[in-house]
Amino acid sequence: MTESKQKSYSELREKQKNGTLKNSERLKIPPQEMPAQEPDVRKNNVEEVALGYTEEEARLEAMRCIQCKNAPCVEGCPVRINIKDFVGAIADGDDQKAMEIIQQNQLLAAVCGRVCPQEIQCQAKCTVGLRYKDPTMAVSIGRLERFVADKFLDNDMTPKIAPETGKKVAVVGSGPGGIVVAGECRRAGHDVTIFEAFHKPGGVMVYGIPEFRLPKALVQKEIDKLIKMGVKLECNFLVGRTRTVKQLMNEDGFQAVYIGVGAGLPKFMNIEGEQLVGVYSANEYLTRANLMKAYDFGKGADTPIARSKKVAVFGGGNVAMDSARTALRLGAEEVYLIYRRSEAEMPARIEEIHHAKEEGVKFLILQNPKRILGDDKARVRAVECLRYELGEPDDSGRRRPVPIEGSEFEIEVDTAIVAIGNGANPLLQQTTPGLKFNKWGNIEVDDNCKTSIEGVYAGGDIVLGAATVILAMGQGRIAAQSINEYLKSG
Amino acid sequence: MPHKIVNKNQLSENVYRIEVEAANIASARKPGQFVIVGISTEYSERIPLTIAGADADKGTITLIFQAVGKSTAEMANLEVGDSIDNIVGPLGQPTHIEKFGTVVCVGGGIGNAPLLPIAKGLKEAGNKIISIIGARTKELIILEDEFKAISDELTVVTDDGSYGRKALVTEPLKEVCSRGEKPALAVAIGPTPMMKFCCLTTKEFDVPTVVSLNTIMIDGTGMCGGCRVEVGGETKFVCVDGPEFDGHKVNFDLMMKRMNAYKDLEQEALDKYKEHRCKIGLDK
Ligand SMILES: Cc1cc2nc3c(=O)[nH]c(=O)nc-3n(C[C@H](O)[C@H](O)[C@H](O)COP(=O)(O)OP(=O)(O)OC[C@H]3O[C@@H](n4cnc5c(N)ncnc54)[C@H](O)[C@@H]3O)c2cc1C
Ligand SMILES: Cc1cc2nc3c(=O)[nH]c(=O)nc-3n(C[C@H](O)[C@H](O)[C@H](O)COP(=O)(O)OP(=O)(O)OC[C@H]3O[C@@H](n4cnc5c(N)ncnc54)[C@H](O)[C@@H]3O)c2cc1C
Ligand code: SF4
Ligand code: FES
Repeated sequence: MTESKQKSYSELREKQKNGTLKNSERLKIPPQEMPAQEPDVRKNNVEEVALGYTEEEARLEAMRCIQCKNAPCVEGCPVRINIKDFVGAIADGDDQKAMEIIQQNQLLAAVCGRVCPQEIQCQAKCTVGLRYKDPTMAVSIGRLERFVADKFLDNDMTPKIAPETGKKVAVVGSGPGGIVVAGECRRAGHDVTIFEAFHKPGGVMVYGIPEFRLPKALVQKEIDKLIKMGVKLECNFLVGRTRTVKQLMNEDGFQAVYIGVGAGLPKFMNIEGEQLVGVYSANEYLTRANLMKAYDFGKGADTPIARSKKVAVFGGGNVAMDSARTALRLGAEEVYLIYRRSEAEMPARIEEIHHAKEEGVKFLILQNPKRILGDDKARVRAVECLRYELGEPDDSGRRRPVPIEGSEFEIEVDTAIVAIGNGANPLLQQTTPGLKFNKWGNIEVDDNCKTSIEGVYAGGDIVLGAATVILAMGQGRIAAQSINEYLKSG
Repeated sequence: MPHKIVNKNQLSENVYRIEVEAANIASARKPGQFVIVGISTEYSERIPLTIAGADADKGTITLIFQAVGKSTAEMANLEVGDSIDNIVGPLGQPTHIEKFGTVVCVGGGIGNAPLLPIAKGLKEAGNKIISIIGARTKELIILEDEFKAISDELTVVTDDGSYGRKALVTEPLKEVCSRGEKPALAVAIGPTPMMKFCCLTTKEFDVPTVVSLNTIMIDGTGMCGGCRVEVGGETKFVCVDGPEFDGHKVNFDLMMKRMNAYKDLEQEALDKYKEHRCKIGLDK
C-alpha cells in the first residue's frame, strides 16, 4: 500500500471507530479487488486462484456497507445470514464477533464464501450495488465471509453436544447437505452415521469443484470437525446396494434417514459421435482430475486422463467453466467453450467466467455441436457445430436459441467434454419402494423436507435438481430440524 | 475401513484368487455383481472386479483377477494379512436367473471367474449346464474343477492345442447350437472379441445370449458415464444398467475402441511401477 493510501485508510478507520464515517464517504471507497494468482501462472498449477483479502482490504470493503436499515441482502441469502451485522463487525475490526454471527446460520462459511453465486443472491440485493445500478459495485459479501471464515479455520469451535439420546440417524451422502444434517443431528445428541459411496467424503465439493476454486483441505476440515463431534463416517458404502434404506431402518436400527445423494447422473446430448474415445462427461473428467488427482499422473496418481491439445467443452454453467479450466491445467493448448445462447444467459458465476477468460479459454457463443467426428481409431477428431441466433423468450424467460440453417462448420479438437447438466441417479428409485419421486426422478418432499416414507427426509440436489451448495445446506438445516423434532416425539 | 486378505493363491501364470474381509458385501451380493476396489485412498485407480464367490458367515468375498496393468499388478503383490484400502459394492444388476432349460456357458480366460457364480446360480435353479471354457494356452485355463463340479457337460479348449481340444470357444459353441435340441440360453464372458464372436455364432441359431461387459469404470454408481456402451442403438451405463446385456444388441466394435482409450498411459503407469517393484513376472 502506498503511503497516501495508508493515510486515507487510517483516517477511514478512525472515523469508523468514532462512528463519524458518512455514507457519502463510504460510497467513495472503491470496491476492493480480490488478489489472485496471475493468469499465466495459475493455469499451470492447481493452487487456489483467488488468494483472499488482506486485513486492510477486508476492513475497507466492509466499510463500503452503508448499514441500511432494511438490509435487503439478508433476503438474498438462502440461509439468511445476518449480513449487515457481520459486515459491520468486520468494519469495526471485531472478526470474532463477525464469525459468531455467521455461524448462527452457516456451518460452511469458508466454502460458501468461495463458491456461492453471490452476484445473484445476497449481493444482487445490496443497496450499494443497486445505487450504482451495477452488481459488481455491491459490497463483496462473499469475500468478506471467506475472510472471516479463513481466519478462524483452525480455531476449534466444536459445538456442544446434547446428552446422548440413544436414537440413530443415517445420513446418505456426504455433500454439503449431508454435512449440515450430520452436524445438527449430532448436536441434538443423536448417534449419527454418514454413508458415502465414494472413498472420500465431501460430495461434489471434492470430486466436482476443482482444487483451484475450493481447496479440498477446507472440506476435509469440516469433515474432521464432524468426526470430532462423534459423527461416524462409512465411506465405500452405496445405499441401495450395500444396504437398502429399508434395511437401515428395519434391521440396523436407524430411526431416521436423510437422503442427500445429489444429482449424479450425467446428461449427454444424444448426438452422433458421443461414444468416441476422447468424449467425457464433465463428471468423469472432473472426477479423474480432482478426486483421483490425475493432474499428478506419473507422480504417484494411477488414474489416467486424456493428454489433450485441443479441447471443446459443451455448456455454459459452473461445471463447464470448471472443466475448461481444468483442461488448461492438464496441459491443453487450446480450450473452446461452446455455448448455444449468449454470454448474458450463461448460468456460470460471473467471476468464474471472468477467470476462465483471463486464463485463455476461448468462448464460442451462439454455437452448438451437431455431431462429433472421429478418426479411423474412433478417437475424436473434430466437432461439427451450428451457429445460433436468439429468438423469442421461452418458458424460462430466456431468449430461445434458434439454429441457423446451413451454418455448419468444424472445429478440430482431440477431446470433448459434455457439461450440460446432471439428472437424478435412478438407484434409490429402483431400490426404495414407497419413496415418491417426480417425473424427473427427484425425490418429492414437503416444506419440512419430509418424504413419503415416515422417518425419511431428503434435500439438496436430489430434491432440487442440480442446484447450489448453499441451497443444499439450507435444506439440510430444515431437514435436521424436522428430524430432531420427529425423534423428540417418536 | 481396510479389508484384510485372509487367503490367496495363484491360479495360473498371472491370475490370482484372493479372499478378503467385506462382511456387508458378502451378505448382500448376488451372482453377476461386482465391486470396485482401490488399493490406497490418495492416488489409486478404482478398478472393477466381479465377486467370484462369497461366504456370508465368514464375512468374506472372493476375487479372481488377472495382473494386466499397474493396479492389478500391485494387488498381486499383496499377501495374506495385507489389506486393500477400499472396496465398494455389490454393484450392478444381479444376473436374471430362472429355469430356462439348457444353458450353454462359455468362458474365455479370466472370464471364467465371473462366469462361475452365474453358472452355479443357473444350475441351482434347475438348468442343465453345458460349459465351454477356453484360454490361449494350458497354463491359462482356470477353475476347471469348479466347472466340472457344476456342469452336465464340460468342454475345455485351448488356442494352441496344449490342453483339451485345439479350437476357439466358438467351435464347440456352434456344435452345441446345432444340436437337435438347441439351448434356451447362452452366457458368454471373456475378452471382448471373444464375446463378439460368440454372439455372432449364437445369432445364427437364434439362441438368446447374455454377455457381461467389462468396460473401463470409475465410480461404478452411474455418476461418471465412463462405462457407457451402445446397446440396441441406445446409450447404457454398464455399472448400473449392466454389467449383463443382450449380446445380440451390443455394439462390440465401438466398445473395443473405447477400451483402448488409455492404453498408452496405462503402459506408462505399469512401466513406472515395474521399475520400482520388479519382483512379479508380468513381463515374459
Ligand atoms: C463441477 C461443479 C461445479 C459446481 N460449482 C458450484 C459453485 O460454484 N457454487 C455452488 O453453489 N454450487 C456449485 N455446484 C453445485 C453444488 O456442488 C451442488 O449443488 C451441491 O454439492 C449439492 O449438494 P448435496 O448435499 O445435494 O450433495 P452432493 O454434493 O451432490 O453429494 C452427494 C454425495 O452422495 C454420494 N452418494 C450418491 N449416491 C449415494 C448412495 N446411494 N449411497 C451413498 N452415497 C451416495 C455421492 O457420492 C456424493 O458424495 C457445482 C457442481 C459441480 C458438479
Ligand atoms: C464389471 C467388471 C467386472 C470385471 N471383473 C473382473 C474380474 O473378475 N477379474 C479380472 O481380472 N478383471 C475383471 N475386470 C477387468 C478389470 O477391471 C481390469 O483388468 C482392471 O481394471 C485393469 O486394471 P490395471 O490398472 O491393472 O490395468 P490398466 O493399466 O488399467 O489396464 C491394462 C490393460 O487392461 C485393459 N483394461 C483396462 N481396464 C479394463 C477393464 N475394465 N476390462 C478389461 N480390460 C481393461 C487396458 O486396455 C490395458 O490394455 C472386470 C471389469 C468390469 C467392468
Ligand atoms: S451464504 Fe452465500 S448468499 Fe449467504 S451471505 Fe454468504 S455468500 Fe451471500
Ligand atoms: S462407472 Fe461411472 S457411470 Fe458407470
